Amino acid sequence: MKVLVPVKRVIDYNIKPRVKADGSGVETAGVKMSINPFDEIAVEEAVRLKEKGVATEIVAVSIGEAKAQDTLRTAMAMGADRSILVETDVVTEPLAVAKVLKALVEKEKPDLIILGKQAIDDDMNATGQMLAGLLDRPQATFASKVDVADGAVTVTREIDGGLQTIKLALPAIITTDLRLNEPRYASLPNIMKARKKPMEKITPADLGVDMTPRLSVISVAEPPERKAGIKLDSASELVSRLRNEAKVI
Amino acid sequence: MTVLVYLDHEGGAIRQASRSAITAAAKLGDVDVLVTGADAAGAAKAAAAIPGVKKVIQVADSTGNSELAEPVAALLADLAGGYTHILAASSASAKNALPRAAALLDVQPIPDIVAINDADTFVRPIYAGSALATVKSADAKKIITVRASSFDPAPAEGGSAVIEEVALPAGPGGSTFISTELSKSERPELESARVVVSGGRGMQNEENFKLLNPLADKLGAAIGASRAAVDAGFVPNEYQVGQTGKIVAPELYIALGISGAIQHLAGMKDSKVIVAVNKDPEAPIFQVADYGIVGDLFTILPQLEAELDKAG
Repeated sequence: MKVLVPVKRVIDYNIKPRVKADGSGVETAGVKMSINPFDEIAVEEAVRLKEKGVATEIVAVSIGEAKAQDTLRTAMAMGADRSILVETDVVTEPLAVAKVLKALVEKEKPDLIILGKQAIDDDMNATGQMLAGLLDRPQATFASKVDVADGAVTVTREIDGGLQTIKLALPAIITTDLRLNEPRYASLPNIMKARKKPMEKITPADLGVDMTPRLSVISVAEPPERKAGIKLDSASELVSRLRNEAKVI
Repeated sequence: MTVLVYLDHEGGAIRQASRSAITAAAKLGDVDVLVTGADAAGAAKAAAAIPGVKKVIQVADSTGNSELAEPVAALLADLAGGYTHILAASSASAKNALPRAAALLDVQPIPDIVAINDADTFVRPIYAGSALATVKSADAKKIITVRASSFDPAPAEGGSAVIEEVALPAGPGGSTFISTELSKSERPELESARVVVSGGRGMQNEENFKLLNPLADKLGAAIGASRAAVDAGFVPNEYQVGQTGKIVAPELYIALGISGAIQHLAGMKDSKVIVAVNKDPEAPIFQVADYGIVGDLFTILPQLEAELDKAG
């Protein structure tokens, strides 16, 4: 069984993003970049499927600027067998990314596509669902448990107020939620090995996809700052302030 | 312009977050709403009573298929012809189905909006709320989810919309619904609670986390948690407040043993009053808290309960 895992290069989740002075976006120059955390969980799930003997090949894909190859190397160091870089300098919107992925799925014919539920930069939470829609294949978003057996995958999903279990015929699309697994750290020997794993480089035009964004960014601004309040010495003072000053209890 | 709002409902009542989405939709044009599911008839009656709603589209379904993205997205795409915008509250079900419908319509969705500038221009948080982007859509139709805490909920009573019945247009297409397990709770829902009591890594373990129950009982509060507490297994993921969990904006938010990581702050910084208890005086949570106490939460928690018991 072949698994395709799309990964995105984003500002590292430990870094506080800074809005550019001209309000055109968020500063990425000179900022530490990493694999999107939800995509890391997707890679880990694929690697576990391979370790269980369910998956036979894992192909990582990234759509973005040339440096996204670092992210693909990370995925390969974790256990992906090979990778495809679809190089573009255009802002990557979920609709365009889903179209690129659809073209790759038609070429690679994976049985399972595992994506992160959302990228932590644009917070869109859309690409997996859109890919499933374009391919007219079943989807299971926000997965916290994945079981593949007999040409189908049973997925437990995180929904509001609880969990839902659904079963999908393969090929299918899954998006990962936080608690699906805890991704491994790539070992140094595996990082070295990943350097020799194959990476194919293509462009959206090679796949016949127009990347032109549908959303134009008018401005990006800092959110209104919340001011720090006061430190109190006791629970009694706190309760008194909540009752008499803030009047919320 | 006419706008379609896909509603979430439970036990025949329309969720408060969906009523906020109706308020957002009313800024754009006339409002029709869609309810699906086994108890769609009851929910349709409730929806028809919301002031400002013109028409309720009711899709009764007892198969569980309306819990799946595939038929719901097909339904939304079928209905889309009559609408300029399709909206929903940013719930798990909307996030599941709306982007799929958008793909079928060749539209780039606009998730989690916090403000509407005009029919094409919207404000939405990016980078876990570290920045606000104003974006203008070039698509003919807009598919939008709404951050409920940014719009006041429409009233539940006072309207009288017409109800129209429609069938689910498509089968589940390779997906089979198996089961839903909802966690039972006597407490208010996190996203609509007036008071939220949240615990973080400082709660130390699952057993200690339960110490928040009496405080929450006294305040009629929902219980939340930071991602660190969820990752450590103290509580299930549905408790999580933050960018990757629930976004809340209660009257009072009490953070106990929560350091205040960016991703947590993104989920609660719009609360009216924030209280933080943490033993680390440098914890970032104090930068957003109106009232802070530096100290051991296991000492302060019982004191707080005792003070609340005193006649106010």
